Amino acid sequence: MKEMENRIRQMAKDLLAREKVDQVVGFCQGSLAAVTRPFLARHPEEADQLVFNCNCRMNLATFVPDLKGRTGIVAKGCDSRNLVIQMTENRVKRENLYIIGVPCAGMADKNKLLATAGGRDLIRVIDRGEQIEVETTQGTTHTLSRQDLLQDNCVTCIRHNPVIYDALAGPEVPEPDLQDRFADVAAVQKMDPGEKQAYFQHLLKDCIRCYACRDACPLCYCPTCFVDESSPQWVGKSLNPVDVTTYHLVRAFHDAGRCTDCGACEAACPMNIRVRSFTRKTIMDCVNHFGEEAGMNPGQRPVLDRFQINDPNDFFR
Amino acid sequence: MTEFEPRIITFLCNWCSYGAADLAGVSRFQYPPNMRIIRIPCSGRVSVKMVLHAIRSGADGVWISGCHPGDCHYIEGNFYARRKFVLLKELLEYTGLEPGRLQFSWISSAEGVKFADVAQQVIADIRALGPAKKLIRQLPEVA
Repeated sequence: MKEMENRIRQMAKDLLAREKVDQVVGFCQGSLAAVTRPFLARHPEEADQLVFNCNCRMNLATFVPDLKGRTGIVAKGCDSRNLVIQMTENRVKRENLYIIGVPCAGMADKNKLLATAGGRDLIRVIDRGEQIEVETTQGTTHTLSRQDLLQDNCVTCIRHNPVIYDALAGPEVPEPDLQDRFADVAAVQKMDPGEKQAYFQHLLKDCIRCYACRDACPLCYCPTCFVDESSPQWVGKSLNPVDVTTYHLVRAFHDAGRCTDCGACEAACPMNIRVRSFTRKTIMDCVNHFGEEAGMNPGQRPVLDRFQINDPNDFFR
Repeated sequence: MTEFEPRIITFLCNWCSYGAADLAGVSRFQYPPNMRIIRIPCSGRVSVKMVLHAIRSGADGVWISGCHPGDCHYIEGNFYARRKFVLLKELLEYTGLEPGRLQFSWISSAEGVKFADVAQQVIADIRALGPAKKLIRQLPEVA
Protein backbone atom coordinates (compact mmCIF):
# COMPACT_ATOMS: atom_id res chain seq x y z
CA MET A 1 0.00 0.00 0.00
CA LYS A 2 2.88 2.31 0.84
CA GLU A 3 4.22 2.03 -2.74
CA MET A 4 0.79 2.90 -4.11
CA GLU A 5 0.61 5.94 -1.82
CA ASN A 6 4.07 7.09 -2.90
CA ARG A 7 3.17 6.68 -6.55
CA ILE A 8 -0.03 8.72 -6.07
CA ARG A 9 2.01 11.49 -4.40
CA GLN A 10 4.60 11.40 -7.16
CA MET A 11 1.95 11.57 -9.88
CA ALA A 12 0.11 14.40 -8.15
CA LYS A 13 3.38 16.29 -7.68
CA ASP A 14 4.28 15.86 -11.35
CA LEU A 15 0.85 16.94 -12.54
CA LEU A 16 0.86 20.05 -10.37
CA ALA A 17 4.50 20.98 -11.09
CA ARG A 18 3.99 20.68 -14.83
CA GLU A 19 0.70 22.55 -14.50
CA LYS A 20 -1.20 19.77 -16.22
CA VAL A 21 -3.95 20.15 -13.65
CA ASP A 22 -5.07 22.99 -11.40
CA GLN A 23 -5.71 20.74 -8.42
CA VAL A 24 -5.60 17.13 -7.35
CA VAL A 25 -8.41 15.70 -5.25
CA GLY A 26 -7.27 12.90 -2.99
CA PHE A 27 -7.41 11.63 0.56
CA CYS A 28 -5.44 12.81 3.57
CA GLN A 29 -5.32 11.46 7.10
CA GLY A 30 -8.28 12.57 9.21
CA SER A 31 -8.23 13.48 12.89
CA LEU A 32 -9.07 9.89 13.87
CA ALA A 33 -6.88 6.93 13.03
CA ALA A 34 -9.49 5.00 11.06
CA VAL A 35 -10.73 7.96 9.05
CA THR A 36 -9.44 9.86 6.04
CA ARG A 37 -10.83 13.08 4.67
CA PRO A 38 -10.94 14.62 1.22
CA PHE A 39 -7.94 16.75 0.39
CA LEU A 40 -7.33 19.25 -2.37
CA ALA A 41 -3.69 19.71 -3.37
CA ARG A 42 -3.09 22.90 -5.36
CA HIS A 43 0.72 23.09 -5.07
CA PRO A 44 3.31 20.36 -5.65
CA GLU A 45 4.49 20.48 -2.03
CA GLU A 46 0.95 19.84 -0.77
CA ALA A 47 0.89 16.54 -2.61
CA ASP A 48 2.96 15.01 0.20
CA GLN A 49 -0.11 15.02 2.42
CA LEU A 50 -1.98 12.65 0.14
CA VAL A 51 -2.55 9.17 1.50
CA PHE A 52 -4.11 5.98 0.25
CA ASN A 53 -5.01 3.10 2.53
CA CYS A 54 -7.88 0.93 3.71
CA ASN A 55 -9.70 3.96 5.18
CA CYS A 56 -10.40 5.78 1.91
CA ARG A 57 -14.10 4.99 1.94
CA MET A 58 -15.34 8.25 0.45
CA ASN A 59 -16.18 8.72 -3.19
CA LEU A 60 -14.23 11.74 -4.39
CA ALA A 61 -16.37 12.08 -7.52
CA THR A 62 -18.69 14.11 -5.24
CA PHE A 63 -16.29 17.05 -5.26
CA VAL A 64 -15.19 17.20 -8.88
CA PRO A 65 -18.12 18.96 -10.61
CA ASP A 66 -17.80 22.03 -8.35
CA LEU A 67 -14.11 22.57 -9.10
CA LYS A 68 -12.87 25.01 -11.70
CA GLY A 69 -10.21 24.17 -14.27
CA ARG A 70 -8.62 20.79 -14.77
CA THR A 71 -8.73 18.33 -11.91
CA GLY A 72 -6.66 15.30 -11.05
CA ILE A 73 -8.63 12.76 -9.05
CA VAL A 74 -7.72 9.62 -7.16
CA ALA A 75 -10.31 7.02 -8.17
CA LYS A 76 -10.94 3.45 -7.05
CA GLY A 77 -12.90 1.08 -9.29
CA CYS A 78 -16.30 2.13 -7.97
CA ASP A 79 -15.34 5.83 -8.06
CA SER A 80 -14.26 5.56 -11.69
CA ARG A 81 -17.64 4.02 -12.54
CA ASN A 82 -19.20 6.98 -10.80
CA LEU A 83 -17.09 9.38 -12.84
CA VAL A 84 -18.46 7.67 -15.95
CA ILE A 85 -21.97 8.49 -14.70
CA GLN A 86 -20.94 12.08 -14.00
CA MET A 87 -19.67 12.35 -17.58
CA THR A 88 -22.76 10.83 -19.21
CA GLU A 89 -24.89 13.22 -17.17
CA ASN A 90 -22.77 16.17 -18.38
CA ARG A 91 -21.53 17.03 -14.92
CA VAL A 92 -17.86 16.89 -15.87
CA LYS A 93 -15.96 16.78 -19.12
CA ARG A 94 -13.46 14.01 -19.68
CA GLU A 95 -10.85 16.49 -20.92
CA ASN A 96 -11.06 18.35 -17.60
CA LEU A 97 -10.17 15.24 -15.65
CA TYR A 98 -6.92 13.47 -15.04
CA ILE A 99 -7.86 10.21 -13.39
CA ILE A 100 -5.26 8.58 -11.18
CA GLY A 101 -6.72 5.08 -11.16
CA VAL A 102 -6.21 2.93 -8.09
CA PRO A 103 -6.65 -0.83 -8.44
CA CYS A 104 -8.44 -1.39 -5.15
CA ALA A 105 -8.22 -4.33 -2.79
CA GLY A 106 -11.27 -3.16 -0.86
CA MET A 107 -11.77 -0.80 2.05
CA ALA A 108 -11.91 -1.75 5.73
CA ASP A 109 -15.28 -1.36 7.43
CA LYS A 110 -15.04 1.38 10.08
CA ASN A 111 -17.09 -0.63 12.58
CA LYS A 112 -15.18 -3.85 12.07
CA LEU A 113 -11.94 -1.89 12.62
CA LEU A 114 -13.24 -0.34 15.82
CA ALA A 115 -14.51 -3.70 17.04
CA THR A 116 -10.98 -5.08 16.92
CA ALA A 117 -9.93 -2.56 19.54
CA GLY A 118 -12.34 -4.13 22.04
CA GLY A 119 -14.03 -0.92 23.12
CA ARG A 120 -10.86 1.17 23.09
CA ASP A 121 -9.87 3.74 20.54
CA LEU A 122 -7.48 3.21 17.69
CA ILE A 123 -4.41 5.39 17.47
CA ARG A 124 -2.95 3.93 14.31
CA VAL A 125 -4.16 1.86 11.40
CA ILE A 126 -1.45 0.57 9.09
CA ASP A 127 -2.49 -0.94 5.79
CA ARG A 128 -0.03 -3.67 4.75
CA GLY A 129 -2.04 -5.01 1.83
CA GLU A 130 -3.21 -8.49 2.80
CA GLN A 131 -2.82 -7.61 6.46
CA ILE A 132 -4.02 -4.59 8.41
CA GLU A 133 -2.27 -3.62 11.62
CA VAL A 134 -4.12 -1.63 14.29
CA GLU A 135 -2.69 -0.03 17.41
CA THR A 136 -5.01 0.75 20.31
CA THR A 137 -4.84 3.34 23.06
CA GLN A 138 -3.75 0.54 25.45
CA GLY A 139 -0.59 0.13 23.41
CA THR A 140 -1.63 -3.26 22.06
CA THR A 141 -1.28 -4.01 18.39
CA HIS A 142 -3.32 -6.50 16.40
CA THR A 143 -2.68 -7.80 12.92
CA LEU A 144 -5.81 -8.71 11.03
CA SER A 145 -6.62 -10.15 7.68
CA ARG A 146 -7.95 -7.62 5.18
CA GLN A 147 -10.57 -10.09 3.97
CA ASP A 148 -12.17 -10.20 7.43
CA LEU A 149 -12.40 -6.41 7.67
CA LEU A 150 -13.79 -5.58 4.22
CA GLN A 151 -16.86 -3.40 3.83
CA ASP A 152 -19.97 -5.23 2.60
CA ASN A 153 -19.91 -3.46 -0.75
CA CYS A 154 -16.26 -4.41 -1.27
CA VAL A 155 -17.08 -8.10 -0.71
CA THR A 156 -19.65 -7.97 -3.53
CA CYS A 157 -17.57 -5.58 -5.69
CA ILE A 158 -17.54 -6.43 -9.40
CA ARG A 159 -15.00 -3.83 -10.48
CA HIS A 160 -11.84 -3.40 -8.41
CA ASN A 161 -9.87 -1.84 -11.26
CA PRO A 162 -10.85 1.56 -12.64
CA VAL A 163 -13.04 1.56 -15.75
CA ILE A 164 -11.39 4.72 -17.08
CA TYR A 165 -8.08 6.22 -16.05
CA ASP A 166 -5.16 8.24 -17.34
CA ALA A 167 -2.57 6.49 -15.20
CA LEU A 168 -2.65 3.60 -12.76
CA ALA A 169 -1.06 3.89 -9.34
CA GLY A 170 -0.34 0.18 -9.08
CA PRO A 171 -0.60 -3.18 -10.83
CA GLU A 172 -4.12 -4.29 -11.73
CA VAL A 173 -5.78 -6.69 -9.32
CA PRO A 174 -7.74 -9.75 -10.51
CA GLU A 175 -11.51 -9.30 -10.75
CA PRO A 176 -13.31 -11.95 -8.70
CA ASP A 177 -15.87 -14.37 -10.06
CA LEU A 178 -18.74 -13.71 -7.67
CA GLN A 179 -21.30 -16.37 -6.91
CA ASP A 180 -24.65 -15.33 -5.52
CA ARG A 181 -23.86 -11.63 -5.46
CA PHE A 182 -27.31 -10.55 -4.28
CA ALA A 183 -27.81 -13.08 -1.48
CA ASP A 184 -28.62 -10.24 0.98
CA VAL A 185 -31.40 -8.85 -1.22
CA ALA A 186 -32.79 -12.31 -1.98
CA ALA A 187 -33.03 -13.07 1.75
CA VAL A 188 -35.24 -10.02 2.34
CA GLN A 189 -37.27 -10.75 -0.76
CA LYS A 190 -38.29 -14.14 0.63
CA MET A 191 -40.10 -12.52 3.57
CA ASP A 192 -43.82 -11.76 3.51
CA PRO A 193 -44.94 -8.11 3.39
CA GLY A 194 -45.39 -7.83 7.17
CA GLU A 195 -41.91 -9.19 7.90
CA LYS A 196 -40.39 -6.95 5.24
CA GLN A 197 -41.96 -3.93 6.81
CA ALA A 198 -40.75 -4.91 10.26
CA TYR A 199 -37.29 -5.54 8.84
CA PHE A 200 -37.04 -2.08 7.27
CA GLN A 201 -38.59 -0.36 10.26
CA HIS A 202 -35.90 -1.95 12.41
CA LEU A 203 -33.22 -1.05 9.88
CA LEU A 204 -34.19 2.64 9.92
CA LYS A 205 -35.03 2.97 13.61
CA ASP A 206 -31.84 4.92 14.36
CA CYS A 207 -32.02 7.30 11.39
CA ILE A 208 -31.67 10.92 12.52
CA ARG A 209 -32.26 12.36 9.03
CA CYS A 210 -28.91 14.13 8.94
CA TYR A 211 -28.73 13.47 5.17
CA ALA A 212 -25.07 12.44 5.40
CA CYS A 213 -25.87 9.60 2.97
CA ARG A 214 -27.22 12.12 0.50
CA ASP A 215 -24.31 14.53 0.90
CA ALA A 216 -21.69 11.80 0.55
CA CYS A 217 -23.26 10.56 -2.68
CA PRO A 218 -21.97 11.99 -5.98
CA LEU A 219 -25.30 11.14 -7.60
CA CYS A 220 -27.31 13.38 -5.28
CA TYR A 221 -26.79 16.76 -6.92
CA CYS A 222 -30.29 18.22 -7.44
CA PRO A 223 -30.17 21.99 -6.74
CA THR A 224 -33.14 21.50 -4.43
CA CYS A 225 -33.47 18.06 -2.92
CA PHE A 226 -37.01 16.68 -2.70
CA VAL A 227 -36.77 16.70 1.09
CA ASP A 228 -36.37 20.48 0.99
CA GLU A 229 -39.26 21.11 -1.37
CA SER A 230 -42.16 22.74 0.39
CA SER A 231 -44.91 23.08 -2.19
CA PRO A 232 -45.93 20.33 -2.26
CA GLN A 233 -44.06 18.94 0.69
CA TRP A 234 -43.34 15.37 -0.35
CA VAL A 235 -41.87 14.26 2.92
CA GLY A 236 -42.17 15.55 6.48
CA LYS A 237 -39.20 16.83 8.43
CA SER A 238 -39.90 14.71 11.49
CA LEU A 239 -38.44 11.41 12.69
CA ASN A 240 -41.81 9.76 12.07
CA PRO A 241 -41.07 6.27 10.67
CA VAL A 242 -43.19 6.98 7.57
CA ASP A 243 -41.23 10.15 6.78
CA VAL A 244 -37.92 8.37 7.33
CA THR A 245 -38.96 5.44 5.10
CA THR A 246 -40.23 7.82 2.42
CA TYR A 247 -36.92 9.65 2.40
CA HIS A 248 -34.91 6.45 2.02
CA LEU A 249 -37.21 5.05 -0.66
CA VAL A 250 -37.08 8.16 -2.82
CA ARG A 251 -33.34 8.53 -2.31
CA ALA A 252 -32.79 4.96 -3.46
CA PHE A 253 -35.13 5.43 -6.40
CA HIS A 254 -33.35 8.58 -7.53
CA ASP A 255 -30.12 6.58 -7.61
CA ALA A 256 -31.69 3.68 -9.45
CA GLY A 257 -29.71 2.67 -12.51
CA ARG A 258 -26.91 5.07 -11.54
CA CYS A 259 -25.64 3.69 -8.24
CA THR A 260 -22.22 2.05 -8.49
CA ASP A 261 -22.34 0.63 -4.95
CA CYS A 262 -19.29 2.58 -3.76
CA GLY A 263 -20.55 2.43 -0.17
CA ALA A 264 -19.85 6.12 0.55
CA CYS A 265 -23.41 6.52 1.93
CA GLU A 266 -23.00 3.73 4.42
CA ALA A 267 -19.51 4.83 5.44
CA ALA A 268 -20.81 8.36 6.02
CA CYS A 269 -23.75 7.27 8.18
CA PRO A 270 -23.15 8.30 11.80
CA MET A 271 -25.79 5.84 13.04
CA ASN A 272 -24.38 2.86 11.11
CA ILE A 273 -27.56 2.22 9.18
CA ARG A 274 -27.18 -0.18 6.27
CA VAL A 275 -28.72 2.24 3.78
CA ARG A 276 -27.36 0.21 0.88
CA SER A 277 -30.17 -2.30 1.49
CA PHE A 278 -32.36 -0.05 -0.65
CA THR A 279 -29.95 0.78 -3.45
CA ARG A 280 -28.81 -2.87 -3.70
CA LYS A 281 -32.33 -3.80 -4.69
CA THR A 282 -32.36 -1.30 -7.56
CA ILE A 283 -28.95 -2.55 -8.71
CA MET A 284 -30.22 -6.12 -8.69
CA ASP A 285 -33.33 -5.17 -10.66
CA CYS A 286 -31.28 -3.34 -13.30
CA VAL A 287 -29.12 -6.43 -13.72
CA ASN A 288 -32.03 -8.87 -13.75
CA HIS A 289 -34.50 -6.92 -15.87
CA PHE A 290 -32.31 -4.81 -18.11
CA GLY A 291 -28.94 -6.60 -17.94
CA GLU A 292 -27.14 -3.38 -17.03
CA GLU A 293 -24.48 -2.32 -14.56
CA ALA A 294 -24.13 1.41 -13.96
CA GLY A 295 -20.98 3.18 -15.10
CA MET A 296 -19.27 0.29 -16.86
CA ASN A 297 -19.41 1.85 -20.32
CA PRO A 298 -18.61 5.54 -20.92
CA GLY A 299 -20.55 5.53 -24.20
CA GLN A 300 -23.85 4.50 -22.69
CA ARG A 301 -26.67 6.57 -21.20
CA PRO A 302 -28.07 5.58 -17.77
CA VAL A 303 -30.53 2.67 -17.63
CA LEU A 304 -33.61 4.81 -17.02
CA ASP A 305 -32.70 7.08 -19.92
CA ARG A 306 -33.06 4.29 -22.44
CA PHE A 307 -35.54 1.52 -23.20
CA GLN A 308 -36.03 -1.69 -25.10
CA ILE A 309 -39.20 -2.63 -26.93
CA ASN A 310 -39.22 -5.95 -25.07
CA ASP A 311 -38.73 -4.62 -21.53
CA PRO A 312 -40.74 -6.45 -18.83
CA ASN A 313 -44.44 -5.89 -19.52
CA ASP A 314 -46.25 -8.73 -17.74
CA PHE A 315 -47.40 -6.68 -14.75
CA PHE A 316 -49.45 -4.35 -16.96
CA ARG A 317 -53.11 -5.16 -17.39
CA MET B 1 -70.45 -2.56 10.13
CA THR B 2 -70.30 -1.25 6.60
CA GLU B 3 -68.17 -2.93 4.00
CA PHE B 4 -64.72 -1.49 3.40
CA GLU B 5 -64.65 0.91 0.46
CA PRO B 6 -61.13 1.46 -0.83
CA ARG B 7 -59.93 4.85 -1.95
CA ILE B 8 -57.78 4.59 -5.04
CA ILE B 9 -55.73 7.32 -6.65
CA THR B 10 -55.67 6.83 -10.40
CA PHE B 11 -53.19 8.53 -12.68
CA LEU B 12 -54.45 8.55 -16.27
CA CYS B 13 -52.51 9.87 -19.22
CA ASN B 14 -54.21 12.69 -21.08
CA TRP B 15 -54.08 11.09 -24.51
CA CYS B 16 -55.23 7.50 -24.02
CA SER B 17 -56.44 6.32 -20.64
CA TYR B 18 -58.17 9.57 -19.71
CA GLY B 19 -59.94 9.41 -23.07
CA ALA B 20 -60.89 5.81 -22.28
CA ALA B 21 -62.36 6.90 -18.94
CA ASP B 22 -64.29 9.60 -20.79
CA LEU B 23 -65.55 7.07 -23.34
CA ALA B 24 -66.54 4.65 -20.56
CA GLY B 25 -68.51 7.47 -18.95
CA VAL B 26 -70.20 8.63 -22.13
CA SER B 27 -71.02 5.03 -23.03
CA ARG B 28 -72.41 4.46 -19.50
CA PHE B 29 -70.23 1.45 -18.72
CA GLN B 30 -70.50 0.72 -15.03
CA TYR B 31 -67.64 0.55 -12.52
CA PRO B 32 -67.55 1.27 -8.78
CA PRO B 33 -66.93 4.88 -7.69
CA ASN B 34 -63.82 4.19 -5.61
CA MET B 35 -61.37 6.07 -7.78
CA ARG B 36 -60.10 9.63 -7.69
CA ILE B 37 -58.75 10.32 -11.16
CA ILE B 38 -55.79 12.61 -11.69
CA ARG B 39 -55.04 13.59 -15.26
CA ILE B 40 -51.39 13.70 -16.24
CA PRO B 41 -49.81 14.58 -19.60
CA CYS B 42 -48.12 11.19 -20.00
CA SER B 43 -47.53 8.08 -17.89
CA GLY B 44 -43.89 9.11 -18.03
CA ARG B 45 -44.82 12.12 -15.88
CA VAL B 46 -45.55 9.94 -12.86
CA SER B 47 -42.77 10.16 -10.31
CA VAL B 48 -42.14 8.04 -7.27
CA LYS B 49 -42.87 11.09 -5.14
CA MET B 50 -46.45 11.26 -6.44
CA VAL B 51 -47.08 7.59 -5.75
CA LEU B 52 -45.67 7.75 -2.24
CA HIS B 53 -47.52 10.99 -1.57
CA ALA B 54 -50.79 9.31 -2.51
CA ILE B 55 -50.07 6.35 -0.23
CA ARG B 56 -48.91 8.46 2.72
CA SER B 57 -52.02 10.62 2.37
CA GLY B 58 -54.15 7.54 2.95
CA ALA B 59 -54.85 6.02 -0.46
CA ASP B 60 -55.47 2.27 -0.30
CA GLY B 61 -54.08 1.78 -3.76
CA VAL B 62 -52.57 3.54 -6.73
CA TRP B 63 -53.39 2.75 -10.34
CA ILE B 64 -51.37 4.17 -13.20
CA SER B 65 -52.53 3.84 -16.77
CA GLY B 66 -51.15 5.09 -20.08
CA CYS B 67 -51.13 4.50 -23.81
CA HIS B 68 -50.15 1.11 -25.18
CA PRO B 69 -46.39 0.76 -25.79
CA GLY B 70 -45.72 2.21 -29.23
CA ASP B 71 -48.81 4.43 -29.17
CA CYS B 72 -47.50 7.15 -26.85
CA HIS B 73 -48.44 10.67 -27.91
CA TYR B 74 -44.86 11.64 -27.10
CA ILE B 75 -43.57 8.67 -29.15
CA GLU B 76 -41.57 6.99 -26.39
CA GLY B 77 -42.73 8.45 -23.06
CA ASN B 78 -44.36 5.26 -21.87
CA PHE B 79 -41.31 3.16 -22.72
CA TYR B 80 -39.28 5.22 -20.25
CA ALA B 81 -42.20 5.04 -17.84
CA ARG B 82 -42.26 1.26 -18.10
CA ARG B 83 -38.62 0.95 -17.03
CA LYS B 84 -39.31 3.27 -14.13
CA PHE B 85 -42.41 1.35 -13.06
CA VAL B 86 -40.54 -1.97 -13.11
CA LEU B 87 -38.04 -0.58 -10.60
CA LEU B 88 -40.70 1.27 -8.60
CA LYS B 89 -42.97 -1.75 -8.19
CA GLU B 90 -40.03 -3.97 -7.28
CA LEU B 91 -38.65 -1.47 -4.76
CA LEU B 92 -41.95 -0.79 -3.02
CA GLU B 93 -42.86 -4.47 -2.81
CA TYR B 94 -39.34 -5.22 -1.58
CA THR B 95 -39.85 -2.83 1.32
CA GLY B 96 -43.19 -4.24 2.38
CA LEU B 97 -45.97 -2.87 0.18
CA GLU B 98 -48.43 -5.70 -0.58
CA PRO B 99 -48.37 -6.78 -4.22
CA GLY B 100 -51.58 -5.46 -5.74
CA ARG B 101 -51.68 -2.04 -4.08
CA LEU B 102 -49.81 -0.65 -7.04
CA GLN B 103 -51.51 -1.38 -10.36
CA PHE B 104 -50.51 -0.61 -13.93
CA SER B 105 -52.28 -0.87 -17.24
CA TRP B 106 -52.15 0.24 -20.84
CA ILE B 107 -55.55 1.40 -22.14
CA SER B 108 -56.12 3.27 -25.40
CA SER B 109 -58.75 5.96 -25.80
CA ALA B 110 -60.89 3.58 -27.88
CA GLU B 111 -61.02 0.97 -25.13
CA GLY B 112 -63.89 2.22 -22.97
CA VAL B 113 -64.96 -1.35 -22.28
CA LYS B 114 -61.47 -2.35 -21.22
CA PHE B 115 -61.29 0.70 -18.95
CA ALA B 116 -64.45 -0.29 -17.10
CA ASP B 117 -63.26 -3.90 -16.87
CA VAL B 118 -59.82 -3.03 -15.55
CA ALA B 119 -61.32 -0.49 -13.13
CA GLN B 120 -63.53 -3.21 -11.70
CA GLN B 121 -60.59 -5.61 -11.39
CA VAL B 122 -58.33 -3.02 -9.78
CA ILE B 123 -60.98 -2.00 -7.28
CA ALA B 124 -61.81 -5.64 -6.48
CA ASP B 125 -58.12 -6.47 -5.97
CA ILE B 126 -57.52 -3.57 -3.64
CA ARG B 127 -60.78 -4.16 -1.79
CA ALA B 128 -59.60 -7.73 -1.17
CA LEU B 129 -56.34 -6.45 0.32
CA GLY B 130 -58.23 -4.41 2.89
CA PRO B 131 -57.37 -0.93 4.17
CA ALA B 132 -53.76 0.19 3.70
CA LYS B 133 -51.84 0.36 6.96
CA LYS B 134 -48.32 0.94 5.73
CA LEU B 135 -46.55 4.13 4.80
CA ILE B 136 -49.51 6.24 5.90
CA ARG B 137 -48.56 9.45 7.62
CA GLN B 138 -50.85 9.86 10.61
CA LEU B 139 -51.22 13.44 11.70
CA PRO B 140 -50.32 14.03 15.34
CA GLU B 141 -53.34 14.35 17.57
CA VAL B 142 -53.83 17.87 18.80
CA ALA B 143 -55.59 18.35 22.10
